Amino acid sequence: MSVNVENLSVAYRSRRGDVTAVDNVSFALADGEIMGLAGESGSGKSTLGNALVYLDPRMKAAGGTVTVDGKNLPISDNNAMRHRRMTEVSLVPQYAMSALTPTRKIGKMIDDLLKSHRVKDRAEVITELKRRLALIGLKEDVLSKYSFELSGGMRQRVTIIMSTLLNPSLLVADEVTSALDVSSQRAVGEMLTEFRDRGYIKSAITITHDLSILAQIADSIAIMYAGRLAERAPTSVLVDSPLHPYTQALLASLPEVGVRHDQVTLTGIPGRPPSLVNPPSGCRFRERCPFAFAKCAETPPFEEIKPGHLVACWKVSQENADTAGAGQGLPVREKV
Amino acid sequence: MTTLKFDQVSKLFRSTARGGGLTPALRKVSFEMQPGEVISLIGESGSGKTTIGRVLLRLAKPTSGTVTFDGKDIASYSGRGLKDYYRHVQGVFQDPFSSYNPIYRADRVYDLVRSSYFPEVGDKEWSDKVEAALDAVALNPGDVLGKYPHQLSGGQQQRLLIARALLLDVKVLVADEIISMLDASTRVDVLNLLVKLKRQGLAILFITHDLSLGNYVSDRTIILRHGAIVEMGATGKIFGNPQHDYTKMLLTAVPELHKKWQHAPLEPVAVSANGAGGGLDAATAEILTSDAPASALAQASILAELTHAEQVVKRDLRAVFGGGRAVASGKSQVAVALEPPALHEFEPDHLVAEPE
Repeated sequence: MSVNVENLSVAYRSRRGDVTAVDNVSFALADGEIMGLAGESGSGKSTLGNALVYLDPRMKAAGGTVTVDGKNLPISDNNAMRHRRMTEVSLVPQYAMSALTPTRKIGKMIDDLLKSHRVKDRAEVITELKRRLALIGLKEDVLSKYSFELSGGMRQRVTIIMSTLLNPSLLVADEVTSALDVSSQRAVGEMLTEFRDRGYIKSAITITHDLSILAQIADSIAIMYAGRLAERAPTSVLVDSPLHPYTQALLASLPEVGVRHDQVTLTGIPGRPPSLVNPPSGCRFRERCPFAFAKCAETPPFEEIKPGHLVACWKVSQENADTAGAGQGLPVREKV
Repeated sequence: MTTLKFDQVSKLFRSTARGGGLTPALRKVSFEMQPGEVISLIGESGSGKTTIGRVLLRLAKPTSGTVTFDGKDIASYSGRGLKDYYRHVQGVFQDPFSSYNPIYRADRVYDLVRSSYFPEVGDKEWSDKVEAALDAVALNPGDVLGKYPHQLSGGQQQRLLIARALLLDVKVLVADEIISMLDASTRVDVLNLLVKLKRQGLAILFITHDLSLGNYVSDRTIILRHGAIVEMGATGKIFGNPQHDYTKMLLTAVPELHKKWQHAPLEPVAVSANGAGGGLDAATAEILTSDAPASALAQASILAELTHAEQVVKRDLRAVFGGGRAVASGKSQVAVALEPPALHEFEPDHLVAEPE
C-alpha cells in the first residue's frame, strides 16, 4: 500500500468552535491506484485532499495517521512537510488556472521551484521536463511564456507537470477538470492516467463533483458525505451497482448523453446536507434518505460488504447479514 | 410568430495581448427562436457562445448584423424602450455567488426589480407576486426570503435569480452556464425547472459546454466553433446523427458513466537516460525525431493550440471584413476565414457546415 490514511479528522477553527470537516476517515491506496473522491460542495472532499499535502493555518489535524510508502507523514508539522512535498506528496490546487503567478514566466517559476526544493541536478530535471512537455503535446516555448498567454487547458496541464515534476508518490488533484470544456477535460484526464502508467506518480486522489469524469480515469471511487466516507468501491462496481442510498441518488441525478427530458425525468436529491458546525448524531444522510429507519440514529460503521466495497449504511449492513451465505447479490435500486 | 431572430450577426473583439489583433468572436451567426423553445448553444471556450447571449442582452454590441425581437431591431432601443426590452429579455449567469451583493439580503434583487418596474404595485400585491414566482421555481418563501446570500445554497441562489426574471414579463431567458457551478443533486432540479418554464411558453437560450445537459433540456441545438455555426438543428438529429467532424469529436470526448474513453497510450518518448550526460540538445533532438504522438490526447492538445493560434488575427481585419477573404494569422500560418463555412441542409431541420 503506497498510501494509508487511518481515522483522519481535520477541523477548521471558527469562532463557534471547531468545525470537523473531515471526520474519522480511513482509506488506503495501492501502488498505481487513482482514487476518485466525489461529493457535494461542503462535503469535506477538498479539505481531506488538502490536508494530506498542506494544512493551512485555519485547519488543524484532530487525529489520525497518514503513511506514504510506509513512512509516517507528519501532516500537522509544516516544517517537516516542506521536505516531503513535491517528492512524496504533491497537490494540483483547485482553481489551478489561477495558481500560476502572472508576473513570472513558466520556466522561471519552475526554476524557482527546483531551487527551493534544493534539487541538485537541475539540468537533468529540466531535460525530463521538456520530455514531458513533448509527451503531452505542449511546445517547449511555453516555458518562455507567461501564464496568461496560455489557454485554460494548457495552463491546467502546465500546473500538473509542475506538481509531478519530482515524481511524487501521491498526487492530490483537486477539481482539475471542472473549469475545462469537454475536449480539454479529456486531455487532462488522460494525462493523469498516462503519468500514472509511466510511473511519474505512484498513486493519485482525484477530487471532483463530476462522477462521469471519475468513471473514465479512476480505479476506485470514494463518495464523501458531510465529512464522512459513505461508500468506496472499484469504479465499475460503484457506477453499476452502488449500495449507499446517497450514491444511488447521486448517480440517478446525472443526465446521460442521449437522454432527453421528454423521455426521462431525472430527479435531484431533496433537502440539503447538514451543517457541520453541530452535526446530527447517527447517519448524516438520514434526513434526506428514503430508506431511513430507527437504527439510523446510530452512526453506521464504514464496513467492507464485499471485497474492496465499503459502505457506511445500516440498511446495507443488515441486508448483507440477511443474505450472507445465501450467495445472493445485494438488492440494487433500479436505474431510472 | 418568430420571437427572436439573429441575422448575420458578427462580433469582433480587439485582443489585448500580443499586438492587439482582432479576434472574431462571432462570424455571421443566423438563427431564429420561437416561444416555448429551448435552444442549446454548445461549444468550447472561445467558440462565441457567451457572446451570443451578451449580444442578445445588449451587453455587447454586434460589429455587424442585426438582432430582432418581436420584429424590431434591438439596437434601436434606448431609454424607456430599452427598459421595456429588459422586461421581456433577461439573463441568468454562471456564478450565482457573484450575482448578489453579500452585504445585503439576497431578496434585495427583488426590491430592485420592484423599484424600477413596479413602483405603483402595493405591498400585498407585490408579496403575492414574489411568492408566485418563488413557487414557480419550487422554493419555499420562508426558506429564502430575508436570508443573506451565504446562507443559501448555490442551487437556491440560482433559482432565486430565475424567479427574479419571472417577476418580469419575461419571454426570452438567457441561461449562461447556469448549472455548471451546482452540485449534481441540485443541478437536475434547475434543469427540470427550465423544462417546466419552457412548457409555459418561455423561450430559453441555454448556453453550455456540457453536451449531456444541453441534450437533456433542449429542442434544438447549435454547435459553435470559432464563432461560426458548424451544425444546427433538432437536438435528437444532431446527437443521434452528428455530421460535422467537430461535433463528432465533442461527442466522443464527453465522459459517460458506463462507457470508457478509447484510450490509446501515447507513443513512447525515450525514457529519461539517467546520468547519460545527453544534455539538453540531444534530448530535444530525440523528441523531435520521434514521430508526433498520434493519440487522442495529443490531438486534443494540438486542437487547443490551433484554436488559440487561429484567434490571433491580423490588425487590419476590420478593413477586410465583409469581403469574405481568408486572413492568415501572423504566427501560425493557420487561416481563419471571416466568412463562416457555408451551411447545407443534411436533412429537414438539420444544417451542417462545410469542413473548414
